[in-house]
Amino acid sequence: MSTLRILVPVKRVIDYAVKPRVNKSQTAVEIAGVKHSMNPFDELSVEESVRLREKHTPKTVEDILAISIGPPKAADTLRTAMAMGCDRSIHVEVPEKDEMLEPLQVAKVLKEVVEKEGRNLVILGKQSIDDDSSQTGQMLAGLLGWGQACGASEVVLDGEYLKVTKEVDGGTEVVKGKLPMVVTTDLRLNEPRYASLPNIMKAKKKKLEKKKLEDFQVRAENRLKNLKVTEPPPRQGGGKVDNVDGLISKLKELGAL
Amino acid sequence: MQSLSRATLRALVRSNATRATYSSRTAPGRILSSRVLPLNATATPASREFATQSTRCYVASKEVKFTADNYPNVQRDPRFSKLTREDVDYFKSVLSSQSSIIDAQDDASELEGFNTDWVRKYRGQSQLVLKPKSAGEVSKILKYCNDRNLAVVPQGGNTGLVGGSVPVFDEIVISLAAMNSIRSFDEVSGVLVCDAGVILESADSYLRERNHIFPLDLGAKGSCHVGGNVATNAGGLRLLRYGSLHGTVLGVEAVLPDGTILHDLQTLRKNNTGFDLKQIFIGSEGTVGIITGISILCPRRSNAVNTAYFGLDSFDHVKRAFTKAKKDLGEILSAFELMDGLTQDLFHKTTGKPYPLSDRYPFHVLIETSGSNGEHDSAKLEAFLEEVMGEEIVADGTVAQDETQAQTLWRWREGLPEACAHWGGTYKYDVSIPLNDFYTLIEDCRKLFDDAGLVGGMEDDSKPVIGVVGWGHMGDSNLHLNVPVRWYDKKVEGLLEPWVYEWIEKRKGSISAEHGLGFAKRDFVQYSRDETALEIMRRVKNTFDPKGIMNPYKYIPTD
Repeated sequence: MSTLRILVPVKRVIDYAVKPRVNKSQTAVEIAGVKHSMNPFDELSVEESVRLREKHTPKTVEDILAISIGPPKAADTLRTAMAMGCDRSIHVEVPEKDEMLEPLQVAKVLKEVVEKEGRNLVILGKQSIDDDSSQTGQMLAGLLGWGQACGASEVVLDGEYLKVTKEVDGGTEVVKGKLPMVVTTDLRLNEPRYASLPNIMKAKKKKLEKKKLEDFQVRAENRLKNLKVTEPPPRQGGGKVDNVDGLISKLKELGAL
Repeated sequence: MQSLSRATLRALVRSNATRATYSSRTAPGRILSSRVLPLNATATPASREFATQSTRCYVASKEVKFTADNYPNVQRDPRFSKLTREDVDYFKSVLSSQSSIIDAQDDASELEGFNTDWVRKYRGQSQLVLKPKSAGEVSKILKYCNDRNLAVVPQGGNTGLVGGSVPVFDEIVISLAAMNSIRSFDEVSGVLVCDAGVILESADSYLRERNHIFPLDLGAKGSCHVGGNVATNAGGLRLLRYGSLHGTVLGVEAVLPDGTILHDLQTLRKNNTGFDLKQIFIGSEGTVGIITGISILCPRRSNAVNTAYFGLDSFDHVKRAFTKAKKDLGEILSAFELMDGLTQDLFHKTTGKPYPLSDRYPFHVLIETSGSNGEHDSAKLEAFLEEVMGEEIVADGTVAQDETQAQTLWRWREGLPEACAHWGGTYKYDVSIPLNDFYTLIEDCRKLFDDAGLVGGMEDDSKPVIGVVGWGHMGDSNLHLNVPVRWYDKKVEGLLEPWVYEWIEKRKGSISAEHGLGFAKRDFVQYSRDETALEIMRRVKNTFDPKGIMNPYKYIPTD
């Protein structure tokens, strides 16, 4: 049985229950004063890592390390991850005003952390709900030269191997790969737990290491420039008719009869 | 891109049934598709998820017996005329739209929803539903009814719990559902003026877009009307923070039985000029007139909202937690809700949702804080949590880490009426009790039923009672005693009444804290109010409605 040293990247995004709004200059989505929380797919990654520990002998999972690359408040997201069961975390702090990093830069930072921290399993959300790139996991696997299983709905550890059930169009696909591996999570994988009060308290004392982008060999320079962000056109509301005759004349008016 | 992915995600999560969505916090199953919302309504199919889970059906849920048959001691008042075709023709002539009339001659089945109450306990036999579109139309209807001695029952969202919104016999139903526009909103003062038939959640969504909040929130918000809320002086989840409607409502527009329209939509907070007439209508349950519009003061919506859910070992611990919450959270405390252990078991059993905490406790508390500064609130909440954990006041708990978790935790409180109704029906008592005796009522009642051998739990189908449960707005000393049953049983009712009322009277509580009197409590009001008070109430009623056509057989005894 192999010992797992898991890395769980988490991202702070606009809460998925909040309706995002485009800012006045149409350059980005308004984030000031909007409720943020952990990317829902990342919650699944955290939960799955903790479940891997709970399912197997205590020594199977040596260490679960959470990492977030983001503004100062991303530290709250890491505390949540630790309250759910991660052991420690790294916060690569990016100034609030800076643009969001592109997936390749994120993957490069993650690669360095994987190598430096001796990780052999990375569990990521398959996408973050703010930019929907859905690329980081795949790029990371490419940079590391590791196997990848994307869109997991079930993860089973079997010795040196992981058996992963993947969500694909119209069904599922079951793959098996040898560690080290990159796994990205899909919605049906698990149901994340509530962080219990004692664990929230404990999480405050867990180690949170602060880093800066300069500590990595990554240039904070995006290849793409955001030109314009717009909302979808508003939906036309339905009308009401008084009776059958009204309905018929309306249908005729619309050319449906 | 972003909104697309969120929509997709929501759909996925919903189909996955792992999380409750925002609208599933609204009273599921109560939303009728015929109520088309003109505003940006949030009634989505998810709000009905609960209904689909009610797979078990018992006798009580199949057909509701007529109130007239169930309560033979209540007789139809012979002074009231019976509806004729001429009456219907008259109403057709004064109403602007054909769809404003639902007539038994055309479609009797459509009347069913207006005749039966939400608890499925009361069922009237009205032959006519009118849905006027303006105060003017209401005025013409009422004047005619008054002249003809036709009894009427005003109806909002029909989510009442005491049988006040459905006819007892053949009273004409006047539904305010077609009066559903926002009339004005002043962003500076926060005063909203709207029609009585606006659905509470629509009003709140409208206000949310303008960074304000409706000062009332309750489980039935997806169906109930703001006019009905005012007419019944609804209390709800945030009364602790925003106070009663007697304080927040600034004015009403109401139609009196003789057709007079009282245009009193004040938008002033201070106005000491004569009798405060609107107060007569707030909580009058449609017995003095029909509210057609309201003006109400709405506070700014809080930027920072936190929700926590606790498990506690005894009611004594709950009291200590409440004292601490008032001390440490002070002005940001916006809800302190108590649910006993059995309520959570019922919710778990009927929805299949996993318990929020790993162990089960005899008491659960849901706390919400709302404030203007997130960091400030978090610091306060953290200090509070550390104290209650450190002093072992709460045994376990969780704090919502995101909005979805907050909404899911709220379901464990807001979903309780549906969970109780799951097996067939519920005997409901909504009472105010001084906090010291707060939970003793449930304990005493449990003993009463255990001794009578009527309790079958969730499994034993041969006995009527599932159990005796309690939850409530601890912050307002308001307890909901619920006895979920498989079928409505006279033995159960005989055990409860007047036992509950006598129990309350002894402790100087109120037999109706926020649900009102309606049909259910008319004959018990003397347990909380003395004869002098009742006599003055009768005089008030007589002044406004000398012929007694407004919502008869309810509210207070006529003599």
